[in-house]
Amino acid sequence: MDRIDARVLTISRNGPFRGSATTFGALIGSGFRRYATYRQATIAGTFTNTVFGFLRCYVLLAVAAGAAGHTPAGYDAEQLATYVWVGQGLLSVIGIWGWTELADRIRTGDIAADLLRPVSPVTSYLAADLGRALHAMLTRFGPPVLVGAIFFPLHTPTRWQTVPLFTLSVLFAVMICFGCRYVVNAAAYWLQDARGPIMVWTLGSGVLGGLYFPLRLLPAEITVALTVFTPLPSLLQTPLDVISERDGPALQAGLVGLQAVWVVLMLALAAFVQRRAERRLVVQGG
Amino acid sequence: MGELRAYAKLAGAQFRSVTSYRTSFLVEVFANMGATVFDVITVFVLFRATPEVGGFNLQQAVLVVGLSSSGFALADMLVGNVDGLKNYVRAGTLDAVLVRPLPALPQLLLMDMPLRKALRVVFGFVVLGGAVAVNDIDWTPARLVLIVAAPVAACVFFGSIFVISASLAFWWVDSGQIGSAFTYGGRDFTSYPMTVYGGWFRALFAYALGFAFVAYQPALALLGRADPLGLPAWAGYVSPLVALAAAAAAAGVWRAGIRQYRSTGS
Repeated sequence: MDRIDARVLTISRNGPFRGSATTFGALIGSGFRRYATYRQATIAGTFTNTVFGFLRCYVLLAVAAGAAGHTPAGYDAEQLATYVWVGQGLLSVIGIWGWTELADRIRTGDIAADLLRPVSPVTSYLAADLGRALHAMLTRFGPPVLVGAIFFPLHTPTRWQTVPLFTLSVLFAVMICFGCRYVVNAAAYWLQDARGPIMVWTLGSGVLGGLYFPLRLLPAEITVALTVFTPLPSLLQTPLDVISERDGPALQAGLVGLQAVWVVLMLALAAFVQRRAERRLVVQGG
Repeated sequence: MGELRAYAKLAGAQFRSVTSYRTSFLVEVFANMGATVFDVITVFVLFRATPEVGGFNLQQAVLVVGLSSSGFALADMLVGNVDGLKNYVRAGTLDAVLVRPLPALPQLLLMDMPLRKALRVVFGFVVLGGAVAVNDIDWTPARLVLIVAAPVAACVFFGSIFVISASLAFWWVDSGQIGSAFTYGGRDFTSYPMTVYGGWFRALFAYALGFAFVAYQPALALLGRADPLGLPAWAGYVSPLVALAAAAAAAGVWRAGIRQYRSTGS
């Protein structure tokens, strides 16, 4: 012991992995509990998701009714209804909108407290976001899907692997979305006020994520280019195509594989941006 | 005169505050226009898959979306930021507004005038202009009045919806996104012909809440088309009256809300 450090002596000999897994788990739990306290906001949000579900479902069904063969972009009416209603359920799980916490903390200078912690901000915010997503999956996902199933005929999955693949796809989508939001929020390190980039993100992620209309309605080359070269269709389009079984088994699994690549890329990008930012950060406030 | 000067000061302060972060402001101006651009693009994308949606072709649908988005963009710029009321009520900062010797609503609107939304209004009217040009409208004096009155009425109608949804915060602070179902939901709802929707959902939104009169009925009247849903031809011309009724309701709800308001005391 020739050096003094701040490590706490522990009796049980935890490996470093076990230690960080416990921390990660505790942060997930805190994210879950935090959102569990906003009960009224949960109800209000679910109501709004449901109203938009009716709107989009009626519009897409009208498109299907007028389209040749009644299958616009390869979806039949039941698949379209599934696309819309599961999409409304997933919207808050993926959480593409409304997360400005990191940008706000950078602007006010609170980020200094995050940087003092022994866990990197990317890791701790990711854990908290997974907790948030888990809470949303348990509370916000079910009601719109249920309402959709009551008022419209939905597509029932016919392949055994669809539901497990969908679960995996949603998990990947949550992590990709987190990576994107982190990078967008981190713009505040350079701009102080990240409202502009956040707005561009809000706009782009909705349209190019497949929320307003299934991206397959666009010319095929554009859809393929978007899916391969941008993370956005991996946010909603891919999970929804998986659950509505728009494609054959091979492509269905391949799309989820592509999402895995985007998870790695976006989290690496978030970590890279964070490292760069720390080298130039001037903490705001006093 | 003093009042006007006070309002001008509020607007000027707002202008200086938004222009202090120039990059973000410029990005916001274009992103805001983008929102309306995407609404219109969505209509074009849907029509790629089908020649008719709900019995309307692309030109006619663009007229509907043009009326809806020009009215909405205008209302969103002038009144939309009343959305922020729930934050004022939660934090108790509405007190500061109420103790000043000016009416509360105009103050709130000017305190946070979203200049970033200006460009989208321009775009909304460009779409409307384009729609008028591509549709073969048989111009009569009544229709000339209607093409001017309909976007204004749509603006008043959406503005009233914004005020009513925001006022919800007086009774229910955590109403959160419920208002969006009627404001942004209303915009999406009115962007398509009513024939698209079905059952009680259409009855509720289109006729009980009056959204059919924002864009759909005026568009039918401009096109000289009979309503497939059976309303008479003059239904398109009553949209200003529907808007006035909505404005009266909004004024009532707002006044009741202000009376109901209790500060957080902080």
